[in-house]
Amino acid sequence: MIEVKNLTKRYGAKLAVDNISFTAEESEILGFLGPNGAGKSTTMNILTGYLSSTEGQALINGIDILEDPVKAKALIGYLPEQPPLYLDMTVMEYLKFVYRLKKCKLPIASHLGEICELVKITEVKNRVIKNLSKGYKQRVGLAQALVGNPPVLILDEPTVGLDPKQIIEIRSLIKRLGKNHTVILSSHILPEVQAVCDKIVIINRGKIVANDNADKLVHNLSGDHKLTVRAEGNANDIKKLLSTIPDMRDVRINKENVEPGVSEFFLTANDGCDIRRDVSKRLASRNYPLLMMKSSELTLEEIFLKITTGDIYGHVDEDKDKNTNKKSSK
Amino acid sequence: MLAILKREFKAYFTSPLGYVFLAIFYAFSGVFFWVFTLDMGSTDMSSVFLMMFLVLMVFVPLLTMRLLAEDKKQKTDQLTLTAPVSLLGIVMGKFLAAYLIFAIGVAVMPLYGFVMSTFADVSWLPIFGNTVGLLLLGGIFVAGGLFVSSLTENQMIAAIGSFFINLMVLLLDTLVSQIPSGIFRTALESISVYSRYAEITSGIFSLSSVIFFLSVIFIFLFLTVRVLEKKRWA
Repeated sequence: MIEVKNLTKRYGAKLAVDNISFTAEESEILGFLGPNGAGKSTTMNILTGYLSSTEGQALINGIDILEDPVKAKALIGYLPEQPPLYLDMTVMEYLKFVYRLKKCKLPIASHLGEICELVKITEVKNRVIKNLSKGYKQRVGLAQALVGNPPVLILDEPTVGLDPKQIIEIRSLIKRLGKNHTVILSSHILPEVQAVCDKIVIINRGKIVANDNADKLVHNLSGDHKLTVRAEGNANDIKKLLSTIPDMRDVRINKENVEPGVSEFFLTANDGCDIRRDVSKRLASRNYPLLMMKSSELTLEEIFLKITTGDIYGHVDEDKDKNTNKKSSK
Repeated sequence: MLAILKREFKAYFTSPLGYVFLAIFYAFSGVFFWVFTLDMGSTDMSSVFLMMFLVLMVFVPLLTMRLLAEDKKQKTDQLTLTAPVSLLGIVMGKFLAAYLIFAIGVAVMPLYGFVMSTFADVSWLPIFGNTVGLLLLGGIFVAGGLFVSSLTENQMIAAIGSFFINLMVLLLDTLVSQIPSGIFRTALESISVYSRYAEITSGIFSLSSVIFFLSVIFIFLFLTVRVLEKKRWA
């Protein structure tokens, strides 16, 4: 379990990490999301004892990384942003070195063999690391973090440089590892975080701007009270018709004649109200064919942009803004 | 510590560095041995040992330059510093790896004595004393080089920096001779590595010299640990 309490890191006058707190429970995968320079890597470096914090505390299974670094570090497998590889060694030599460095007790041959199988580097295990491609280097880096089977894994952008097939493999590997490890994973690939993580912490300019369950985060920010609808018929007539629905707050024509005679509408209902049935019934009662209806739930990309820049594609509704502010002030 | 020692020691032989250093060491000591001992018809090797000061001063930085600088550049320090190893363990592992290579070089010196003993009677005590003296001196150069290597991530700067420190060590005596006698002069004289070493090669092997050399090695290693520690706080 990882506990971060009021962590602050200052580089001279620059505040890299500003009073952040979060926890990752056992068997939980926590996604750490943020634009470049947001403080993700700094936070991870502090968690692993590579850097010290200016203020605050980081606890690994209850052990303070600054108070008892050797004991705390023994619990962590760390894959930094740039995998820490000795380029002049072969993969196997390197893993054996890491094995000894971490003072592992597991049977060396079977343990390292298992890890090589897991991250699929068995076929290159006798090659010099210098000559490997970026994807293989990344996987050797991941293998290094797994040596000793530490209960806590901290992975800084683990899928960078991998091809799509490998990305899927590594993701499912991380998901599997998450069942009996505490994993913190940083990324700016949003679908990845959404696919893999139980919990998401979004960080921007050193501050946590969102910290929630992945699905909830998407749900809370957009909710299901916004719909995009396409119907055939006179746009203004349809607008008037839909406006009569009791819980409807706003109807806007997005575009007329998206297809011949078909218009697209943005509907906003009152909070917590499901108007889908009403919309369909009203349109049917007047014989306006309903051609499409989808909830305009934000994708994680949009949430991310919205939270980090306070804006999506240049226009944000007022109530959405309030919603975000509520979230970020939490 | 042993894992790091083993890795670093091996790394000297996966790159040309270890071979180059040993070749240089053997070449220079061989030439000096020939010129000052064999060719002069003498069994006194002290000049050979004294000349080795200059050789080590220039070439030990080759051995130490990459120890910590390269780790920083390749970011492999993120592995060692986040592994469950103490900072002292890391520093000692690196120090001993370089020192071992150096010691393999020094091991040739008694061999020269053995070569001589086939021609003439050799007094082994001074050769033994000188070898120990050389080992102590090398310890200072290696520890000093390791310290400089911890300050930068550029190997060239590390090499030049430690060469510069070694040069200062040598020039300290020239400087001292220009200072009027007094406390300041006595103080500088007593920290002169070169005159301590010259004393050993001239046959005076005192406990105070040994303690002096060990203290300087300890100070450099201590400072290196502090630099690594400081990095975390920067």
